[in-house]
Amino acid sequence: MLNKKSKDNLITYAIVIAAYALFQILALTGNLSSHMKGLLVPMTYYAVIAVALNLCVGILGELSIGHCGFMCIGAFTSAFFSKVTAGVLPTAPRFFLAFIIGIGFAALFGFLIGIPVLRLKGDYLAIVTLAFGEIIKNVINAFYIGVDKSGLHFSMKNSMELGMEPDGNIIVNGAMGITGTPHDANFTVGIVVLLISLFVVQNLVNSRDGRAIMAIRDNYIAAESTGINVTGYKMMAFTISAAIAGAAGVLFSHNITTLTASSQYFGYNASIMILVYVVLGGIGNIRGSVIAACILYLLPELLRGLNAYRMLIYSIILIVMMIVNWSPKVIEWRKKTFGKVKLPGRKEAA
Amino acid sequence: MKKMNKFISVLSAAVLAASMLAGCGETAADSASGQSGASGDKVFKIGAIGPLTGGAAAYGIAVCNAAELAVEEINEKGGINGYKVEYRKEDDELNSEKSVNAYNTLKDWGMQLLVGSTTSACSIAVSEYTKQDNMFQITPSGSAEDCVLYDNVFRVCFSDPNQGIASAQYISDQGLATKVGIIYDSSDVYSNGIYQKFVQESAGKSFEVVSAEAFTSDNNTDFSVQLQKAKDAGADLVFLPIYYKEAALILTQANTMGYAPTFFGVDGMDGILTVDNFDTSLAEGLMLLTPFAADATDDLTVNFVKKYQEKYGEIPNQFAADAYDAVYILKQAIEAKGVTPDMSVSDICEQVKTAMTEIEASGLTSAKMTWAANGEPNKEPKAVVIQNGAYVSR
Amino acid sequence: MSFLTYFINGLSLGSIYAIIALGYTMVYGIAKMLNFAHGDFIMVGCYIIFSVSRALSGNSIVAIIISIVLCTILGITTEFVAYRPLRGAASPLAVLITAIGVSYLLENIALLIFGADVKSFTSVIKWEGLTFADGQLRIQGVTIVTIVVSIVILITLQLFINKTKQGQAMLAVAEDRGAATLMGINVNKTIMLTFAIGSALAAVAGALLCSAYPSLSPYTGAMPGIKAFVAAVLGGIGSIPGAMIGGLVLGIVEILSKTYISSQLSDAIVFGILVLVLLIKPTGILGKQVQVKV
Repeated sequence: MLNKKSKDNLITYAIVIAAYALFQILALTGNLSSHMKGLLVPMTYYAVIAVALNLCVGILGELSIGHCGFMCIGAFTSAFFSKVTAGVLPTAPRFFLAFIIGIGFAALFGFLIGIPVLRLKGDYLAIVTLAFGEIIKNVINAFYIGVDKSGLHFSMKNSMELGMEPDGNIIVNGAMGITGTPHDANFTVGIVVLLISLFVVQNLVNSRDGRAIMAIRDNYIAAESTGINVTGYKMMAFTISAAIAGAAGVLFSHNITTLTASSQYFGYNASIMILVYVVLGGIGNIRGSVIAACILYLLPELLRGLNAYRMLIYSIILIVMMIVNWSPKVIEWRKKTFGKVKLPGRKEAA
Repeated sequence: MKKMNKFISVLSAAVLAASMLAGCGETAADSASGQSGASGDKVFKIGAIGPLTGGAAAYGIAVCNAAELAVEEINEKGGINGYKVEYRKEDDELNSEKSVNAYNTLKDWGMQLLVGSTTSACSIAVSEYTKQDNMFQITPSGSAEDCVLYDNVFRVCFSDPNQGIASAQYISDQGLATKVGIIYDSSDVYSNGIYQKFVQESAGKSFEVVSAEAFTSDNNTDFSVQLQKAKDAGADLVFLPIYYKEAALILTQANTMGYAPTFFGVDGMDGILTVDNFDTSLAEGLMLLTPFAADATDDLTVNFVKKYQEKYGEIPNQFAADAYDAVYILKQAIEAKGVTPDMSVSDICEQVKTAMTEIEASGLTSAKMTWAANGEPNKEPKAVVIQNGAYVSR
Repeated sequence: MSFLTYFINGLSLGSIYAIIALGYTMVYGIAKMLNFAHGDFIMVGCYIIFSVSRALSGNSIVAIIISIVLCTILGITTEFVAYRPLRGAASPLAVLITAIGVSYLLENIALLIFGADVKSFTSVIKWEGLTFADGQLRIQGVTIVTIVVSIVILITLQLFINKTKQGQAMLAVAEDRGAATLMGINVNKTIMLTFAIGSALAAVAGALLCSAYPSLSPYTGAMPGIKAFVAAVLGGIGSIPGAMIGGLVLGIVEILSKTYISSQLSDAIVFGILVLVLLIKPTGILGKQVQVKV
């Protein structure tokens, strides 16, 4: 007999797989518009990064508003690798290696950044994550890397300083970023990555380590006094979270063939957008993050018919959804109205 | 109980989203059927993409408005080859991912020819998909080199390297300066492209680049350092390969600090005279290489500016002019090959592609434009200087 | 000499950050919420001044007063409609996300009303400023006015908070909301008052921001807003003099790093210094060390 938690986890996987099957059937029978088809991959990587951020915000309990920085690192390192090896390696192993590299670098930076960041608390911690996100973006914007016969060339100033041979190829061109990354990502890969991320996070949460992490979140001092290695567990959760964000970045850079380190994708605004997914889906609720990421990513796209009023309506819906979902008074009212109604398949005790 | 509330939360969110889906599905269907019913059987469907919200909205709105205006004019005069044109614009928020989404939306609508995307990075991302679908794409203002990488993509504006070379050449030929300072936006594809080519090209010219200072889109209000450095280095000309938004601030700040070199801009500078409430005396003596001047007196420009202003209440800038031209260029290319709307997207693309290398277009941004098969336009940049609040050709 | 010029430039920028941070820290310190829409209140204030002074053919004093009044009303309304329902929500993040929604909302309303193109703002400060050393050094009028206004606001706020009953109530609410309620303080009213003051300060900051950097678009407030937030944290959350110091430090560091290190990497350097400061003093320059008890 499965215990409640495992059952809950299985439901999450089942939802993802069912959604995958549904969309695949729709696509195969020709019932899916190109617009929806194009949205599938972005939906998966936003869901992945929402899961990553939920691990940090919901499970570890530390507010990060710079998570897109890790996504940025994953995106750039993997796109760099893929572009350099595009003519050398066949697609499947190259893409696999790109994942390893993207995730590895994101994890490394997560670890390095975690050392100073996790010493801070609350809003101070949040602002430092924001700072690191902006630093990553700004520094990558100043990177120039080229390849020619004599090897790699590197500059932090401009592409002229690379001193390249005429046959050389500029891979990372400052603000112009990386163009022409092979278009390797597809919906299936996206879903697989999402399932793996879910598997990693849900197993972590239900493990001994996960309970330690949540103990730290709930009461730092009590956790410390029971002998939990507070710093170690915090670092662990933060690094895993960064690594998963890196995986989202790999999907990102292999879906859109132009990659620039600009604010729309990797700035604090983008990170806050992910935070919106997490909060609306329920802090600490992994499945909620996935669903909220998909809905909120779809929403502005579905509102396209409204033209100029699109973002206006979106912002109003956002405010209304927040109040409906979080306001203590509305929740109470909802309990009164719907509390007696038993939803099928849900026990009142839950 | 807690779980159930979460369930309700998600449910309510889903219901909201679903209702939106249903809502906009209806409106889209309504408008589509309404239009096609009115215009008879077959129509050309032209789509446009640009940032209509967000910090770069001014550029995307200009492009989408002007394209809309051109389509309306064409329809009034009987359409292209006797077929009416339908037009639809989509927002990309200056985000390549959203730009691709916008493209897919337009494709579902039945778009046959694309005017867009407005900005370089978005245009490059979209070109990856137009190439796959073999749809003809003409970008009015995507100026990065890679925008026209594929043979189905053409552009109206000058390319970034082209502008860098032309500027360096012009400054050198006219002996405008001996020491040149540069202020550029290091976070922007357009600005970076021109800056890099300009510096490369400046070798062996009659001037020397004495300072090159950057700013970023997150840090674009205070230019005191960049200006002070140019001043301290003794620059007598400051090259501004940036958009007019920041340039207006730079001119104001240079004036407050009492620094008055010659300022030299490129096509992004166009629009500075029409910034609402801007003191145009600050722009006195500003030089720019631009394909378009809103106060030009030729009939085409006068008509365009008048109509644009009536319809949208703003004076059109170079973005608008490029987009307006783009639509008319499409018309000319379609007519040259006798293309009809019942042809497939790919056939239209092949025909228009060949036509592009054969036609000689005349528009707002140049009296004579021809295209090479690689998609680059061949037209002369015009150098103008601002005197008494108006462009004067040099 | 050139260092002094750059330093003064830093002071000008810093003074703008400082005055925005004062309003930010007010709301942040007392209502304990990160009002991401604060920058957009500033933008709204600027548009009001712009429109009113155009309608009144350049009467900027009246325009500023109208802007302050309307911004105050906007602040109170926002608090009542969007933030109050979320007071006491299970997570403090809920209200943060709502603030982001409000920020999008204000930006998009401005976009629809005023269009996306920039408008050039006519400075409300007509004074040229002071010159020293034969005109080589110059402090702009708007910088001096901004610093003076910031100091006046700083002193007034300090007096208000420490000497009046309302101010003490604010402190109590900031310290412990539950206990404040038990003491008979009307928490809702106090927080509303905080928002009213914060929004009025946003209008003042907007007038000075756009006078110093006369470019106005629907997104004008976003970046200065986030910088001011950084300044407020740098100075120590909830500390009003801290916000002022944080703002000045941020502006000076930004200009000097642009000057002496790299203009391309200045954002990274500024944020790097923020990280360093917080590592040395984890609660900001003037922040209080809070003892956590079980």
